[in-house]
Amino acid sequence: MSGYAGDVAALARKDLRLELRSRETLPAMVLFVVAMLVVAHFALPEQASDDAAFGLLWVALVFTAVLGLTRAWVPERSAGALDGLVLATTDLSAIWLGKAIASLAFLLAAAAVAVPAFSILFAPIDAYAIGGIVLASIGISAVGALASAMAAATRGREILLPLILLPLSIPLIAGGVGSGVSPEPGRYLAFLGLYDVVFALLSWAAFEYVVTE
Amino acid sequence: MITAEALEKRYGGKRVLRGISFVVRPGTTMIVTGANGSGKTTLMRLLAGLAAPSGGSLSVGAARSRIGVVGHEPLLYRELTALENLELYGRLYRVPERRERAGMLLERYGLWDVRKERVDAYSRGMVQRLALCRALLHDPELLLLDEPHTALDADGAALLDDELADRAGSSTLVVATHDPDRLAPIATAQLALGSA
Repeated sequence: MSGYAGDVAALARKDLRLELRSRETLPAMVLFVVAMLVVAHFALPEQASDDAAFGLLWVALVFTAVLGLTRAWVPERSAGALDGLVLATTDLSAIWLGKAIASLAFLLAAAAVAVPAFSILFAPIDAYAIGGIVLASIGISAVGALASAMAAATRGREILLPLILLPLSIPLIAGGVGSGVSPEPGRYLAFLGLYDVVFALLSWAAFEYVVTE
Repeated sequence: MITAEALEKRYGGKRVLRGISFVVRPGTTMIVTGANGSGKTTLMRLLAGLAAPSGGSLSVGAARSRIGVVGHEPLLYRELTALENLELYGRLYRVPERRERAGMLLERYGLWDVRKERVDAYSRGMVQRLALCRALLHDPELLLLDEPHTALDADGAALLDDELADRAGSSTLVVATHDPDRLAPIATAQLALGSA
């Protein structure tokens, strides 16, 4: 693999390797999402609908994403490696795309645990809902890789990231919940796909301005 | 060729660089001196394209990917091994035969035997040697070194001196240092920064 795609693959592979070594992010995300679902299981009244529970699944997934993304740029900040990447990478958007792909891998891995856990604790999830989770995960990883880079440059990154990311995630939550509970899930999946395309393009174009002064 | 004209840099209300001007022709070895806080590191970041001037103009006649930088931070991933770091940077810099090039630099800087150890297990001097390998990996046409002898032992410092002597005249070197006498044999220009 050469050129831009090779750069992106190398950067994403580096993040996966760092996580395999440190095991700091993914285990925390998995434990968090399961804990959120267990809490929701006991918090919801017995007569609550499956639709309400499905909404809570989305709350759990979004906060799990925030948890993972808070740590997304820690390796780059610890020894100035982000400056090294900025110097070495021909197209700086490759740095964003590599980070977004790695974040997506972590989020999908957490979702792969959350979906069966939800099915056990609440109700089975159909293919449309799983499609919604995948599409929303792409969107939140794309926006989150940019937002977490912005937040990582500040001292209050743990506070700033949710403040940036949660409002941007509202359409994803609406689309994700709609894909699971609406009688017309296709419309919501199309909406999520459109969100992914638009926000991925915006994040791709904006990243250079975030990492250079 | 580097051309700076009335170059200024402010962080918030604090002026770090105050209207400096200079020209560095290709092949020049320029020493940058000045007391702590005089703006040497800021100047290096400006030259590397890692920061933007607040005033004046700066033209660096080299693409960012043709610049090698050694700063106060090693710009490395501490959880990766030396070889993994150099392979990643070699890939991003599009270095042909990057594995061989990385191996040659690791050998030269005495890190070959520890190439598969994680950087966080390295001493500070070893990290500095690896930072030099990273900066030299793509054979840069402009080398920016900010107090590069820091943390190096006598052998490491001698290796660096030899490297700079080899490159003097062919590459453009800008070296911020508190020990200008050490670089006097190869220096062809000097920039003294006063406090801003």
